[in-house]
Parts: sequence; C-alpha cells; structure tokens
Amino acid sequence: MRRRIPLIITFIIGVVLITGYFVTRGPFNTLYESFSDYFAIITVFAFILGGGSLLKIHLKRVSSRAADWPYSVVTLVAFLVTLVIGLFKVGNPGGMGGEILASGSWLRFMFDGVYNPLSATMFSLLAFFVASASYRAFRARTKEATILLSAAMVILLGRTPVGAWLTAWMPESLAFLELPNLANWIMAWPNTAGQRAIMIGIALGVIATSLRIILGIERNYLGRGE
Amino acid sequence: MRIPDSILQIDRRIIFLLIGAAVCIPLLLKPRFQDSPTPIVQSIFDTVERLPAGSRVFLSFDYGPDTAPELDPMAKALVRHTMTRDLEVSFFTLFPEGVGQIKKITDNLLPVEFPDKAYGRDYVNLGYKAGLGGAINTMVVNFRTLVNADAEGTPLDDLPITADVDEMVDYVIILSLTAGDPGLKEWIQFAGDIAGIPVMGGGTAVVAPELYPYYPQQLVGLMGGLKGASEYESALVDRYPAYRNATMEATMRMGPQVVTHVLIVLLVLLGNLAYFLGRAGRGNRAGRKGLAGRTGRGGQS
Repeated sequence: MRRRIPLIITFIIGVVLITGYFVTRGPFNTLYESFSDYFAIITVFAFILGGGSLLKIHLKRVSSRAADWPYSVVTLVAFLVTLVIGLFKVGNPGGMGGEILASGSWLRFMFDGVYNPLSATMFSLLAFFVASASYRAFRARTKEATILLSAAMVILLGRTPVGAWLTAWMPESLAFLELPNLANWIMAWPNTAGQRAIMIGIALGVIATSLRIILGIERNYLGRGE
Repeated sequence: MRIPDSILQIDRRIIFLLIGAAVCIPLLLKPRFQDSPTPIVQSIFDTVERLPAGSRVFLSFDYGPDTAPELDPMAKALVRHTMTRDLEVSFFTLFPEGVGQIKKITDNLLPVEFPDKAYGRDYVNLGYKAGLGGAINTMVVNFRTLVNADAEGTPLDDLPITADVDEMVDYVIILSLTAGDPGLKEWIQFAGDIAGIPVMGGGTAVVAPELYPYYPQQLVGLMGGLKGASEYESALVDRYPAYRNATMEATMRMGPQVVTHVLIVLLVLLGNLAYFLGRAGRGNRAGRKGLAGRTGRGGQS
C-alpha cells in the first residue's frame, strides 16, 4: 500500500497535466492551473528540506569527526548565521517589515561584502585552471582532437577584436575566411546542429522516462523500502 | 631534460602568473577595442528600439555574483537602453542571488543616471520566486497567483506600473540574463513558445552555445558573454552618443579578455609544438635504435 498510493497519485497527476496541456478547456484546464499553483507552493518547501538535509549531513560529519570535518563546522556556522540574519532581518532599517536586502541591513552587508567577492573569486579561478589544463591536455593527437583544437582556436580569436585585426587583410571575396566570420559560422552551424541533436536526444529521453514514471514502470523515486 | 620535455613540464604556477599578468596589465592600461554588433545582438537592440514609449518590459536577472562580471554589463546596457526609450521595466529573478544583482541596478545605477525615473511608475522590483522553470509556467498560467506584490510587499494594484498587469502577456518582451538553469531556455520553453511573448537576452560565454538552436525563431536575439555585451554597448553608443563618456564595462573588460584569449592560444600552440617536437625526437631515436639492433651495432648516438 505504501508504494501503491504514490504510484496512483503520480499516474493521475501525470495524466491530468499532459491532458491539460493539450485540452485548454473544461476541468482538465482548471486542474492544470490548480496544479501549477500547487507546484509554486510545494517548491518553497524544498528549501526547508534542503536546509534540513544540509544540517543533517554536516552535523553527522562533525559528530563522527569525518575527514575535513572543520569545513563542515564552517558550513554550519555560515548557514545558521545567514539564516538567522535573513529570517529575523537583523540590522534591517525597516525592521521585520523592511525589504530583505535593504541598504544598511546585515544581510546586504553579507551579500555585498562576503558572498559577492567569494563567489566571484571562485568563478574567476576557472580562468587559471582552464589555461593550465589547455596547455597540458589540448593536443592534436587524433583527427577528432585536431578538429576540436582548430575550432577552439578560431572561436578564441574570432570572439575578440584581435581575430578581426589578424585577418583584415583578406580580400572581399575571401571575407568568409575572416576569423570573426568563421567563428560566427562555427557557432551558427556546426554548434547549432550538435546542440540540436543533443537537445532532441535529451527530450526523447525525458519523454520516455516520464512515461515510465507515470505508468509505474520506473519506481526508483519511491526508494528501496517495501 | 630535453627542450620539448622541459617546455611541456613548465610549472603551472608560471602559467598562473602569466594569466594574472594578462588580466591585470590591460585592466591598468585600459586599452579600448572598438566592436561592432553582430546580427544576433543587433536584433535585440533593434527590437528594444522599435518599442513605443510606455511599453512594458520584463527583465529577469537569472544569475548570481559568480557570473556578474559577464552579465552585469549586459544588465546595465539593457537598463540604460530601456530607460532612455521610456519603457516600463519590471525586474525579476529566478535565482535567489539575483535579488542582490537587481539591487545593484535599482540602488546604484538608476538613481544616479536616471534621477527622474520613479520606482513604481517607471520600474519595479518583483523580486525572487522559487520554482525554477515551474515558476515561469505558473506565471504564464496565472500571473497574479505567483506575483501579487513587489519585492517590498507592496501589492501590484498599488503600483501604477503593475496595476494593469494581470497576465504574463501584458509584457511586450521578456529579457533574461542567464547563467544556467533556469534561464533563457526556460523562458523560451514555458513563456515564449506557449504565451507567444518575444524572448531575448544574454548568457555567459559557456551558456550561449546551448541557446543558438533557438535563434532566430524562438529567440529574437542573444548576447553571448562579454563580447555580446560589448557589442550591445557599441550599438548603444552609436545610437545615443551621450553614452560615449559613460563607463562601458564590457568594452573596458574586453582588454583582459583579448590578451587572455591570445595568451591561451599561444600556450596551446606552444604545448602542441613541444609535443610534436618531442614525439619526432623519440621517433628518430627509436628508429636509430632499431637500425642499430638490426645491424648488430650498439645504440650509442
């Protein structure tokens, strides 16, 4: 029974949502609209679930002194401090009725002074690692790797004014070989074709998996318990 | 150690230093690279340009501080353009961190550059809504269910700019600045295709290739990475010369990007050159060893 009821709920909601998408009148449409509203409400609870899960995992790591447990302490402290400051709007000039990120509030200070620079720093480190990895691993070892390498070089140069400058000497009849034009061509044609193939493949996979879930064939989401 | 091997085994800290210099030196010297808009960027500019004053525009900041260096310049260029055209802009975000990005515009850019524009009349902050792509779907199905007040809790009916907004289709265009999911793709799938609202915007250089398949049928235009932002800025300056002296962040940041790209290209070429020289050297030695083995002589050379 514990497995059957979720399967029935999934089946009914799946069928109603699919039908409601195509039948835009009558009860199906009303149900479709109602389920959309429920979805908006339910997703908010995902934050509570996520927060609870984060607390559980890191408290466990700290209590069992697992590897790198001090990082878990930092995570927990940062999470709880931000949560309390955000929930109770500590230091907010407008008090509890004030805007969440009002100027002068502690949360605004944390966002601008801590989260913003930390986040930007982490992301900007990518440039260093990409450069180092490209230097060590980007080799024209095979035919495919050579094509990839050539396309990357064209895009890298073609997406900067240097690309235009390097190939500006080309005659009008060979304008299509100018680096910016080549870069645009790669993005508009081979890239689009490849992306479309991937997207259509993923979409077909999603449809197949969704049907399996709605029909109760795929049951992994229910967990292992009987 | 032979030269090709020593080149291949350069300490990665040297590469880090080179990249650091490639970013910092252009930032200090501030070289200006003139850009011209490509059709995919010009298309956004022309669409905004054609809108009559007072048209409602929905601008979603679907990114956080990590991708702000790429997307903030797009946001500023779009806000400058829409405000110059006297359009009514509703700011929104599907990212929790996007709230801070909107605040940067409403607290810093708008009061300084457009002091005559008033909150609630010319622009409004609708804040963050949870639900990823599902939130867009809910807004298209029943806008007021999800968005019934601005970020400060003021009911939409009490704000002149949103008093008449009952449905998503009351907006003439949707602009999204995208760092991943949810973003432009979801706006196209759940709002553009279903409600028929033109969708356009910008994405990071990593996200942009994934969005090309939607252009031009489902996506009116796209700014890809810093280059796209720089192209939009140049279109803005060409049309409105008053912005010539304004700080155009993308144009300014193209300096470090150009030098870094060139450096990476040179590093990759150098790495490949060393690889092939090393391989040729090893091939020659192996050939000589094989020859020496077959003739019964020692392999010294």
